[in-house]
Amino acid sequence: MKSAVIVFPGSNCDRDMAVALHEATGAAPAMVWHKDSQLPEGLDLIAVPGGFSFGDYLRCGAIAAQSPIMREVADFAGKGGHVLGVCNGFQVLIETGLLPGVLMRNATLKFVCRDVPLRVEEAQSAFTRGYMSGQEIVLPVAHHDGCYVADDETLTQLEDEQRVAFRYRDAVNGSMNDIAGILSQNRRVLGMMPHPERAVDARVLGTDGTPMFRALSEMMVAA
Amino acid sequence: MKARVFVTLKSGVLDPQGAAIGAALGGMGFDGVNSVRQGKVFEIDMTDTDRPEAEARLDAMCKRLLANTVIEDYSIDLS
Repeated sequence: MKSAVIVFPGSNCDRDMAVALHEATGAAPAMVWHKDSQLPEGLDLIAVPGGFSFGDYLRCGAIAAQSPIMREVADFAGKGGHVLGVCNGFQVLIETGLLPGVLMRNATLKFVCRDVPLRVEEAQSAFTRGYMSGQEIVLPVAHHDGCYVADDETLTQLEDEQRVAFRYRDAVNGSMNDIAGILSQNRRVLGMMPHPERAVDARVLGTDGTPMFRALSEMMVAA
Repeated sequence: MKARVFVTLKSGVLDPQGAAIGAALGGMGFDGVNSVRQGKVFEIDMTDTDRPEAEARLDAMCKRLLANTVIEDYSIDLS
């Protein structure tokens, strides 16, 4: 599988993401700088990592979304490519318009940094097929702006189309419907606030993120 | 030309920061504050000389970057 990790000034989970992808796929992902205007050829997956791109200025992810490389990422997604956005990466994908809704300041106003129980709501995607629908997993979250908000129509659509991939078991940040991660309409773009790439090593923070990277790797090999 | 762009949360969008500020004002003894909504002001100095053109450009700036129109409204004051 050929993957890439987009790196912005202020990204801080790019290397964690690279390690998770490397371990699952056996190949190091290409690290692509935000000012690059071209993606490597033949990519199967692009990961937009967590962090504080551009210092979270203006709105989280808003300035990163205007980076030259994001036009290429949007093109890639438009052609059916798989894109994973985690935490700040989720915010970037929302600001790019690849996923609906918006991520606002946590309802508690507090930065939340802890392991949280999640329910895998939807195993029907390349990202989540390593889990069972309804399975409970634990992943770390670390964010200040993770409160998912969307209008009623969008929420209904997400629920009706089974595009809520992960839901917090307990309220974490005020997200509507306790949404922790959502899929695009073609189910090939996943944005989520919890960090699967931080949970791929039994020695640190458990391995509940491993099935995601393993499933991605297997699917890409099969394709 | 100089412009001031105001970006405010749409009505109905939860504003926990504004609510916290409102609570703080109440705690300081400022009675009668029904609610506070927090927004942003951008002061933009631009070389444009044509007013309609400047307005159109500012409108595009708002739509593409300054405001997230899913949750925010904007208004432009061009002097």
